[in-house]
Amino acid sequence: MSGTKLERTLLARINRLVDDLCRRRRGITLMEVCGTHTMAISGFGIRRAVDPRLRLLSGPGCPVCVTSQEEIDAAVALARIANLTVLTFGDMMRVPGSQGSLEKAKAQGADVRVVYSALDGLRLAQANPSREFVFLGVGFETTAPTVAATVIEAKRQRVKNFSVWPMFKLIPPALEVIASSPKVDVDGFILPGHVSTVIGSSPYRFLSEQFRKPACIAGFEALDILQAIVMLLEQLATGPKLEIQYRRSVRPEGNRRAQQLLAQVFKRCDATWRGLGKIPESGLSFRDPFQEFDARFRFPFLRRPASARRRRTFCRCGEVMLGAIVPPECRLFARTCTPESPIGPCMVSSEGACAAYYRYDR
Amino acid sequence: MTGKEQKPRVAWNPPFVTGYPLEERILLSHGAGGRKMHRLIREMFLARFGNRLLARLEDGAVFPMPRAQLCLTTDSYVVQPLFFPGGDIGKLAVSGTVNDLAVMGATPKFLSLSLVIREGMERRRLDLLCRSIARTARHAGVTIVTGDTKVIEHGPDELYINTTGLGLVRPGVKLGPELVRPDDVVLINGPIGEHEAAIAVARGQFRFRTRLRSDCTPLNRLIETALKAGGIRLMRDPTRGGLATTLNEFALATGLGIVIDEERLPISRPVQGVAELLGLDPLYMANEGKVVMIAAPQAEKRLLALLRRNPNGRQARRIGTVVRTPKGVWLRTRLGSLRPLIMLEGEQLPRIC
Repeated sequence: MSGTKLERTLLARINRLVDDLCRRRRGITLMEVCGTHTMAISGFGIRRAVDPRLRLLSGPGCPVCVTSQEEIDAAVALARIANLTVLTFGDMMRVPGSQGSLEKAKAQGADVRVVYSALDGLRLAQANPSREFVFLGVGFETTAPTVAATVIEAKRQRVKNFSVWPMFKLIPPALEVIASSPKVDVDGFILPGHVSTVIGSSPYRFLSEQFRKPACIAGFEALDILQAIVMLLEQLATGPKLEIQYRRSVRPEGNRRAQQLLAQVFKRCDATWRGLGKIPESGLSFRDPFQEFDARFRFPFLRRPASARRRRTFCRCGEVMLGAIVPPECRLFARTCTPESPIGPCMVSSEGACAAYYRYDR
Repeated sequence: MTGKEQKPRVAWNPPFVTGYPLEERILLSHGAGGRKMHRLIREMFLARFGNRLLARLEDGAVFPMPRAQLCLTTDSYVVQPLFFPGGDIGKLAVSGTVNDLAVMGATPKFLSLSLVIREGMERRRLDLLCRSIARTARHAGVTIVTGDTKVIEHGPDELYINTTGLGLVRPGVKLGPELVRPDDVVLINGPIGEHEAAIAVARGQFRFRTRLRSDCTPLNRLIETALKAGGIRLMRDPTRGGLATTLNEFALATGLGIVIDEERLPISRPVQGVAELLGLDPLYMANEGKVVMIAAPQAEKRLLALLRRNPNGRQARRIGTVVRTPKGVWLRTRLGSLRPLIMLEGEQLPRIC
C-alpha cells in the first residue's frame, strides 16, 4: 500500500521537525479545533505515533459538547410536551442534563426521533400534520446552511407544524476567545475542514495576522492530518500564515451559496458555550421573516431556559474544550465518567475529546 | 403501543395497498387455532418446508437421537425492513441460528420456527419469506420440525421470528477459550460490516443507492470443512457489536491479548463509505455471514486454503495474532502505533457533522 508508505514518510518528517524545533523550546502544542479531527487523530493512532513533545489538544469543535446544560434541560422538557415530536441528530440523545437525557425521556414515552437532516424532519412534519415537530438546531457553520434551506422550504410550502430551535454556534469567534486566553498555550491550529468548506479561509485571518499563530485547514484522512501537521510545524520555523491543506474541498472564499442561505435566514447573535461562556456574535438566530419557524417563538419557555437546579459535578469539560487540560487530567475521566454513564458532554458525543481519549488513547 | 402514525422508512417494502382482497392478508383469525389457521399451516408452511415430522402437526416433534453431545441455541429476529438486499428476515432467522450452532462445533439438525405476525400482513409477503426459509434450511441441511404462529393486533413491525436450533456436536471437536495460546492466529472469512451497512441503506432514509448486499448466509458447511482440517481453538460469529466486540469477548474469556492489523482488515469501499457517512465504525457493525476463528499458527495456511475454496470464504485472511501482553484488544494502526479496540458502549449513534 503506497498510502501507508506515504503516511509513514510524513510521520517521520513530523518527528524530525519536532526534534529540530524542540532544540529551542520545550514542546509544541497544536489544537485540532474540530471534533471529527479529534476522533480521526485518535482513531488513526496519530496521537500515539508522534513524538511525545508534540501535544495535540482538542478544541471546542464538538457541537454537542458546547451545548449548554440549560439547553439540554429545556430540550428534555420540550420532548415531554404531549403531541410534540423532538427531532434531533443522534449525538444529542445521550447528553445528560440535570433531569436526564433525551434518550431517557424517550424511554419514558416522549417522542424523540433521530434524523439525518432537518429536511427529513420537515418531511415527517408534513406527513403528520396534526403533530407539532421541533428540530434541535445544533451544530456549526456546516449544518446551519442545510437547516436554513429547510426553513426556506418550509416557508414556501407553508408548513405550520415545524419549527427549529436554533442553538447553532460559529467557530471563528470561539477561536478568538481561545487564541486570546491566557490559560491556553497553543502554538498552532488545525482548522476544521467541513466548516471551512462553507465559510472559506478568510474568517480565520486574524489567527496569523493578529495573534501570530500558524493555522492550517485540514481534511480528515490520516494523510490530510499528517500533512497539515507538517505544514504547521514548518510555519513554526518560518513564520505564521494561514494555509489550506484540504484544497480538494475548501476554497478561500468558501461556499457562496451556503453563505447566502445562512445570511438570508439567520443573523448573528450572542451565544453561551459550555466551557467558554458567553461569546458575542457567536450564535445564529432567525431573521424576522422566518420568525414563525423559531421554536422559541412558539414555546416561550425556551427563550430563558431555567438554570435553577444546576448539577454541580467535578466535570472539567469546559477546560477540555478550551484546550487547558487533556481529558485524563480530569479526575472523573474513565472513573465515574465513561461513555456508558457519561457525566459531561465530551464523553457523550462520539466526537467529544473525552470519548476519543477513552476509546483510543487510554 | 397505541396507534402511531406511519413510519417513513418503508422504501424496501411495497406500500400498504388498501382494497386488496381480504383473503390475501393475515387476519387475527389466522392465529386463533381454528380452521383458518390449519389452512394457513398446510398451504403455506407445510407446502414450503414440510417434512415427515412437521406434517404430523402435533404439539411437539419426537425423534431419536444418536449418542452425542447436543447443542441448543435460540435467537429472535426483529430486523427492519423484512426484505433487504442479500436476504430477508426468513433467511436471517435460519442462518443466524444455524451459524450459532456451527461456531459451537455442532452440526445443525433441527429448527423450531415461531412467527409473531401483525394482523394485516400480506400473504404474498409471508409466502415469499416462507420460500426463503425453506431455501435456506435446505441449503444448510436443517429440518424445521415444530413451530408456532401468533397473530397480534398492534405492533410497530410486521413480523418477528424466533428460531431455536438443535445440533450434534461433532465427535472429537474441542473448542474453548482455555485452548487459546499466545502466537495463535486470528482468521476471518471475509469483509466486515456488510450486513449492517446493507440494512442501514435498505431502511430507505437516504436517497442514495448502493450495491451493498447483506452477507447473511448459513456458514455450517464452511465451518465443517474447517473443523475437519483441525487446528481451530475458538470460533464465534461477529453479529451485533461487530468484529471488535467479538474480539473483546475472546480476550476476556482467554485472559490474553489480541493484536489486529489495521492494514489487514477486510473492509469494502461501499461499507467504508456508508460507515463514514453515518458516523459508524465498520469494526462495530453487524455481520451475518462471518466467522472469526482463533487457530494454531501452524494450521493457518491449511485453514485459509480450505476456507478460500468455499464461496463464503473467498476472501478469508489472517487479521491478527494472540499475544500474552498487552491484555485486551489492540489495533496496530497503519502508522504503526497501537491503539485499544474497546467494547462498544450502548448503540452507535449517528453524528451531527
